[in-house]
Amino acid sequence: MCLAIPAQVVELRDNDNALVDLAGVKKEISLALVEGVVVGDYVIVHVGYALNKLDPEEAAKTLKLFAEMGELAPGDDLTIH
Amino acid sequence: MKYIDEFRDGEVAKGLAEAIRREANPARNYHFMEFCGGHTHAISRYGVSDLLPANVKMIHGPGCPVCVLPIGRVDQAIRLALEQGVTLCTYGDCLRVPASDSLSLLKAKARGGDIRMVYSSADAVTLAQKNPDKQVVFFAIGFETTTPPTAVAIKQAAALGLKNFSVLCCHVLTPSAISSILESPEVRQWGTVPLDGFIGPAHVSTIIGSRPYEFFAEEYRKPVVIAGFEPLDVMQAIRMLVRQVNEGRAEVENEFSRAVDRDGNLKAQALVAEVFEMRKNFEWRGLNILPYSALRIRSQFAEFDAEKRFPLGYKSVADHKACECGAILRGVKRPQDCKIFGTVCTPENPVGSCMVSSEGACAAHYTYGRYKDVA
Ligand code: SF4
Repeated sequence: MCLAIPAQVVELRDNDNALVDLAGVKKEISLALVEGVVVGDYVIVHVGYALNKLDPEEAAKTLKLFAEMGELAPGDDLTIH
Repeated sequence: MKYIDEFRDGEVAKGLAEAIRREANPARNYHFMEFCGGHTHAISRYGVSDLLPANVKMIHGPGCPVCVLPIGRVDQAIRLALEQGVTLCTYGDCLRVPASDSLSLLKAKARGGDIRMVYSSADAVTLAQKNPDKQVVFFAIGFETTTPPTAVAIKQAAALGLKNFSVLCCHVLTPSAISSILESPEVRQWGTVPLDGFIGPAHVSTIIGSRPYEFFAEEYRKPVVIAGFEPLDVMQAIRMLVRQVNEGRAEVENEFSRAVDRDGNLKAQALVAEVFEMRKNFEWRGLNILPYSALRIRSQFAEFDAEKRFPLGYKSVADHKACECGAILRGVKRPQDCKIFGTVCTPENPVGSCMVSSEGACAAHYTYGRYKDVA
């Protein structure tokens, strides 16, 4: 019920709607809750609505942090604030 | 899939597990509550608990919207369908929630109720538009993620001048549930569980931002780390919590910065504030009546309020005697502590609400965890 998934906007449509691509499956969703979405953006989709945009730079930072994790010495400060 | 698979990488998970092991102090125990059903699901499905050192324990919280929906509310929805003859629409997860008289919405449908599963609140509005001779009621449940879509549906119905659409509003608020775990009087009845910190909800936080949790960090001295739903997100959040505890800090940190900031989605918040207001009291399943913990429709939109349109008194109904959902939702007991877990109560035939959705603690443990205990 809480689960929502990141999907890429592939087409903007009338009435604040958009077509998104969910792993190859195309689905029409509503953009009524978000602002300034353009084709190519990733949005988090839940019960047919985009809840928010996904920030690719922040995603890349988080992944980089994971990758470094295994090699860390104790005490290195990588805490995200 | 992009932004999913890379957050599930097994090798990276091992690295993170190692980092947690290194940082966790072997001389103490850590108890963290994952508030959200989505996290419960991820932890069970990917076996995150198995990767954690024995002194780091995860406790399931009350953040599954289906699990906290009280019987009395489902009864109201059933009565709308069976007695008032409305077309009742709701999200799929609600259909199997056990209600009074051994009924559920699914069973009421078999008895002739016009009950439909919708994917989105917008589908319910469309159904009302297409069937002007039928009263269509949307049974709206869930936390801050499903509330804005309900607000949009009500505003749409108002703009279209629909006379046959209304909403049975059962939307609840996350921060209230967290407070109740920390301070409700039932803590005396159930006993209490030592909590060292919370994993904050993912998608709820995309809407409300991280700011509402600052209160918990300050007032209760509990660290909160908001985390995404993928297993690596959850593990990183655990690591951040361990670190806060070790350093004696109680702050709000955000692991899910790719989708959450401090302020949240202001457009969605404005829509919710326009359509809904606080309810003084609302009953939660397993958590009793919590003050200012839910929303109702503002009088300006009263014609779309099913509780005003139909004679629907609310009657509280006690859970099945054997069901331990109340204690499980508070993190005091585990699913396997319930006498009827996995025997009388199964996902196919749930007795309590925690067994209904795959995000409920009992269902998650039944599906992914139960064989480990016997092996
Ligand atoms: S096993 Fe079933 S009856 Fe027992 S606590 Fe879980 S949901 Fe309730």
